[in-house]
Amino acid sequence: MKIGLITLEKRAAPSPIMAVMVPVVSVFMALLVGAIFLKITGREPLPIYFEMFSRAFGTRYGLSETIVKSIPLMLAGLGVAVAFRMQLWNIGGEGQLFMGAFAATWVALSFPDQAAYLLLPLMFFAGCAGGAVWGLLPAIPRAYMGVNEIITTLMLNYVAILWVEYLVYGPWKDPHGYNFPLTAKFTAGAILPTMGDSRIHAGLLFGLTIAVVLWVVFNRTKWGYEVRVIGDSPGAARFAGMNIPRNILVVMAVSGAICGLAGMAEVSGLMHRLQPGFSPGYGYTAIIIAWLAKLNPLAIVLVAFLFGGLQVGGYIVQTTGVPATMVAMLQGSVLFFILGGDILLRYRLRWRRSPDSGAPGKGVGA
Amino acid sequence: MGAEFLVQLKGITKRFPGVVANHQVDLTLMPGEIHALLGENGSGKSTLMSVLTGLYRPDEGEVFIGGQRVQFRSPHDAIKAGVGMVHQHFKLVDTFTVAQNVILGDRRVPFVPSMSEIEDQIERISSGYGLAVNPRAYVWQLSVGEKQRVEIVKMLYRGCSVLILDEPTAVLTIQESRQLFANIREMAAQGRTVVVITHKLHEVMEIADRVTVLRRGEAVATFKRGGFTERDLALAMVGRDVVSQVEKPPAVQKDVVLELQDVYALNNLGRLGLRSISLTVRGGEILGIAGVAGNGQRELSEVVTGLRPALRGRIQVDGTDVTGEGPRGFIDRGVAHVPEDRLGAGLVPGLNAVDNLILKEYRRKMARGPFLDRRGAESNALELIGRFGVRLSSLYNPVKFMSGGNLQRLLLAREISSEPRLIVAVYPVRGLDIAATEAVHRLLLEQRAQGTAILLISEDLDEIFKLSDRIAVLFEGAVTGVLPATGADAEEIGLLMMGSRKMEEQAV
Repeated sequence: MKIGLITLEKRAAPSPIMAVMVPVVSVFMALLVGAIFLKITGREPLPIYFEMFSRAFGTRYGLSETIVKSIPLMLAGLGVAVAFRMQLWNIGGEGQLFMGAFAATWVALSFPDQAAYLLLPLMFFAGCAGGAVWGLLPAIPRAYMGVNEIITTLMLNYVAILWVEYLVYGPWKDPHGYNFPLTAKFTAGAILPTMGDSRIHAGLLFGLTIAVVLWVVFNRTKWGYEVRVIGDSPGAARFAGMNIPRNILVVMAVSGAICGLAGMAEVSGLMHRLQPGFSPGYGYTAIIIAWLAKLNPLAIVLVAFLFGGLQVGGYIVQTTGVPATMVAMLQGSVLFFILGGDILLRYRLRWRRSPDSGAPGKGVGA
Repeated sequence: MGAEFLVQLKGITKRFPGVVANHQVDLTLMPGEIHALLGENGSGKSTLMSVLTGLYRPDEGEVFIGGQRVQFRSPHDAIKAGVGMVHQHFKLVDTFTVAQNVILGDRRVPFVPSMSEIEDQIERISSGYGLAVNPRAYVWQLSVGEKQRVEIVKMLYRGCSVLILDEPTAVLTIQESRQLFANIREMAAQGRTVVVITHKLHEVMEIADRVTVLRRGEAVATFKRGGFTERDLALAMVGRDVVSQVEKPPAVQKDVVLELQDVYALNNLGRLGLRSISLTVRGGEILGIAGVAGNGQRELSEVVTGLRPALRGRIQVDGTDVTGEGPRGFIDRGVAHVPEDRLGAGLVPGLNAVDNLILKEYRRKMARGPFLDRRGAESNALELIGRFGVRLSSLYNPVKFMSGGNLQRLLLAREISSEPRLIVAVYPVRGLDIAATEAVHRLLLEQRAQGTAILLISEDLDEIFKLSDRIAVLFEGAVTGVLPATGADAEEIGLLMMGSRKMEEQAV
């Protein structure tokens, strides 16, 4: 393949150096793009970046907030990564997260007097179930009719978000809430324990545990093997006698369940109630995180932490007049560079010496 | 050079890694002639025409058009010089109209084309040659035959005087083929040169003014109309060479492993792909399936591995009825499969060698409850790679980076190591160089010696003769004959492959 004077040469094997370099360089390139925009709008980028990172990672409060932010990102990132492993493009993490939050809230509001040891497990499973159902809805037409899951999962996000809005503006609105669109505050039994006096809640344990479990499942189990084979080559999977439709259903249900758990952890661990807009697009950011981590569950934990810091840093520098959309722009740029940079794993760039070095002989065209 | 030639190819040689696709091929085309290019699959017909149409650049040799030496860099250059090709797989945009497709990529068309003018032009061209197409119709509305006519009109619209049709009847019904032949005759009558790439003898007999036969990348003969018979063509195509016999001990006849009784199956187009197939393969025996590609080989290989359901009939493996079972059922009964499409079905391109080698065993030998036996998988991989001589840069690179010969070794290593009762090997040496081919053949013969039943599907008659104990010939989804390999006559097989049954064979 030739682009102008640059030739792309296929590598004999994927470059292990590039596998590490691409994500790292992508982050720097994204920061560079952000810096250009900051400069154009008359701000000094370096002090702002310094402020963002030192406050997000360098102070006790900032660090704990970073971890709090990383919990839903981590869970949703792990969730969508499950589907991505099978090359199912679950863009519906956001909707699955909302349905998980909805289902968990329903349990919390329905059984307010139950003790935590009963209520929390119930909410846990409700959250998973809510997300799983939302993942299964697009999985069924995909498995049996080949309906593109990108569109259906994306569309179901809006359904889920609007459903939650309907509830908090309508039937679930707290009668003592001064007409704010909020549900009643959860009772003590419906609230996840937190660490010390920080806001870090047990959702972190869910995330870390699931990351380890997924790593084992993907790398060490028969089912994880099937998922990888189906994702890479449905033809080979059929050849080996794997049941593809069933695996699509299972994978999407698991993917949705983990995203749903992210929603449950947010309402039960942090918000302690359901309210509209409780997720600033965690389900979408999760896609970037999963991709940046190359779908490796353990790397997702790390990347989610960095992205949590990015969000916290973004909030903090807002006070100095930097627009909040700065963070979204940085995130988008990271994904952009990652996707573009992936080609370097498989190809090597070469400057072409002469415009026609490949032609044999010397004659001219007719 | 003689001015009477419109096109002259001189000493064309084209090499691909490990294969010489064309070796010193000469070919001449005259104005207004219908020239057939005959040869088995892999004989180099398509490569030669790709050189003529600028898709490939020859390693050696020259191309002359109208006496002028040309060097095409792309199909665009070739079309400008008047040489256009209609590929077997049409290159049309379904959601565009016929007229839009015709002008697609044509650089003479202005930025804002006048569609009605173009449509009129297309109508003039199509009625001039009897090529019925409606320029305003959308391509998705068209039948296969109509799509082909659009491709032809497209080349005529660009002013091509040489039209190359690659296996044009492969996708057509008999009526459509007849129509196409009438169109071809009309184009030739109006002075255009038409090259028809084919492997069907009767088509050559029917329309060709001249025919050039390719075998293994070389042009072996050129005949003029009236100067050849069907038998001459079959001989030239298949070759008279004494088949290289490897030491093959006589088959030790064992029990029947695979038995097909009156099996019917549909092809991917929903038509009958297999018709009343009855075959048996015994342990320790290689049954070779000869036939020109597209005559039911794919369907047969899929039916006997559970990938394609049988419409009717019965399939038995070791006496157990397995009709209606999926691939898993066949795998569990010891059916190994070396598929046609190595990287698309036999192997998982993005996974490494260790993971690819457990594709058939991950539920059985390589499983520990729900877990995989990683250490077992690794030692299994090391053992097989050593035993089968697979060359790898690393156990952990995705296999898509491996060469064709090594991929096939890896695939055979996995399939053979499962100690199968039956091996279904489909075009097992396609694209492999001589050393790799020999290695694959040796492996298959070893398996035969160990009492495994082998169903070998191949287009290469030499390969079939070399390995098989018996040969069955497929034509249009049916078996036209089953003969013992010793004493079998290449000519006779060649004719059976063309659909003439033994009875109808006429003497010269």
